[in-house]
Amino acid sequence: MQRTRSNRLTGLAYVAPALVFVLVFTVYPLGRMVWMSLHNWSLIAEPRFIGLDNFRQAFSDRQFWTSFLFTLKYTALITPVLIIGGYLLALLTAPVSRVRAFTRTVIFVPVVIGLGVSSLLWYWLFSTDFGVINRILLDLGLIDQPVLWLGVDAGTSNFAISTSVVWKVIGFGMILFVGAIQAVPAEITEASLVDGAGYWQRIGRVVLPLTMRTVLLVTLVSVIGSLLAFDQFYIMTAGQPQNETATSVFFVYLNSFPYLKLGYGAALSLILAVTILAFTIVQLVLTRRSES
Amino acid sequence: MTTAPARTGYLIAAACLTIATVMLLPLAYSMLASIKPTAEAAATPPTYLPHGVSLDSYRRLWDYQEGLLTYLGNSFGTAVLTIVLTLLLTVPAAYGLARFPIPAREPIFVVLLLALIVPYQALLTPMFLMFAKIGLTNSLLGLAVLHTTIQLPFSLYILRNTFAAVPREIEEAAVMDGAGSLQILRRVFLPPTVPAVVTVTLFAFITSWNEFLGALVMMSSSAKFTLPVILATARTETSLGGTDWGMLQAGVTISIIPCVLVYLLLQRYYMAGLMSGAVK
Repeated sequence: MQRTRSNRLTGLAYVAPALVFVLVFTVYPLGRMVWMSLHNWSLIAEPRFIGLDNFRQAFSDRQFWTSFLFTLKYTALITPVLIIGGYLLALLTAPVSRVRAFTRTVIFVPVVIGLGVSSLLWYWLFSTDFGVINRILLDLGLIDQPVLWLGVDAGTSNFAISTSVVWKVIGFGMILFVGAIQAVPAEITEASLVDGAGYWQRIGRVVLPLTMRTVLLVTLVSVIGSLLAFDQFYIMTAGQPQNETATSVFFVYLNSFPYLKLGYGAALSLILAVTILAFTIVQLVLTRRSES
Repeated sequence: MTTAPARTGYLIAAACLTIATVMLLPLAYSMLASIKPTAEAAATPPTYLPHGVSLDSYRRLWDYQEGLLTYLGNSFGTAVLTIVLTLLLTVPAAYGLARFPIPAREPIFVVLLLALIVPYQALLTPMFLMFAKIGLTNSLLGLAVLHTTIQLPFSLYILRNTFAAVPREIEEAAVMDGAGSLQILRRVFLPPTVPAVVTVTLFAFITSWNEFLGALVMMSSSAKFTLPVILATARTETSLGGTDWGMLQAGVTISIIPCVLVYLLLQRYYMAGLMSGAVK
């Protein structure tokens, strides 16, 4: 299209609604969050400028570190399972066949249901007295008495919640890996077969390197998703015991909404956002490097 | 005697079907529990299969607090508003970005994709305060605005790419015929980009229908709760004294059905969207 003035204006008119929307509902809140993080504000009293005090307070707040480290622990627990498990499921279901395509469809079903709703489902499955998981373990003789899965011990809760989340999202990575594996040219895998390479050798030397970009991408998405975990912990443990299973977003939520420490909550949000940005940059650099 | 490759084939099929069963068991078990009679749904230890069939759990859910219809209506209403807002904002923007010589096009595109790197969870407090000021808290429209901010970058990204791939020749022919830009958008661009528009609609629905934290924070009266939020409150506060497990599973079943149906019916679009979203 010609670079006329009227074309420029028409184009801008088409983009304007979205641009205004993003400026009002994303850019402005972002600026506002930075402003809030520099103030002491309880909603009742006027905001008071306190510089970086909120950040100083955060880093010396034991509860902040507990939530931050717990979130990292959860992320470290769940990411390898999602990546390795998802990749193995993709290797199993990628070749063309009806049974495999059916399995792929089924594994993906939990991805489209809500995390809140799937957490409610697993909250019940893991319930001490009413949950079928304890019943199965008791019937199999693996345990002598019902296990208190949720909200009593942070480690046990983390394990139970991670199990439910793996069930819910493993299909996401799998589908992207299937796409990447199917895109590996058949001649390359065939050539390696002729060379007498075994199945796992072929996967390790040919398929995996060619799908590395997707592996990194899924890792990034999984890590960010885990760092932002909230629904499953809010529903399944409500942060118990003693806020030991309160994730970073949970901690931000507690301070901002029930406690109304708005400035402090904003500072915590900002720390969280910067952490996520840092992970994103590291991943992008790794992706670039894996391509060159 | 079976040959080695055939045996491998059977093993793979068996492994696939085992995994598929394990994945489906929680959903199937929840659906079965939702039709257990009240006493059985609250039994310790729980039964594996229902010994009787009853719709009592659904009846209690139907009447729970403001009534199931209110919550279904809130969830559907928010999802529909989210879809409408998302399409109204992203279809024209994608067209403008793909085809017009807009000044500072790249910076504008980056700003529009900003929400991809700034998670909405981190922006919730300032958004809540702003919404409170302009009357958008405790409102379906307000929640839809929030869901649109989450959905906008992904939708715009997919639509811009599809619009950019429409051949220029058809567009030029329409210009020769004297068609205006709106006509061109409607007659030239929309027909071939229907799959992308369906994809965007589908993702907007699923995002809005499933979103929890924003709905929890933005809605203050239980009459405005969405389905996941009212179910989350129902996990502890019910008329039966303890948790009403049967009713909860009836709620889980009802929440899951639209998503699974939409996914199974529109699988092709869903996968296409996921793949094009993944290469960004």
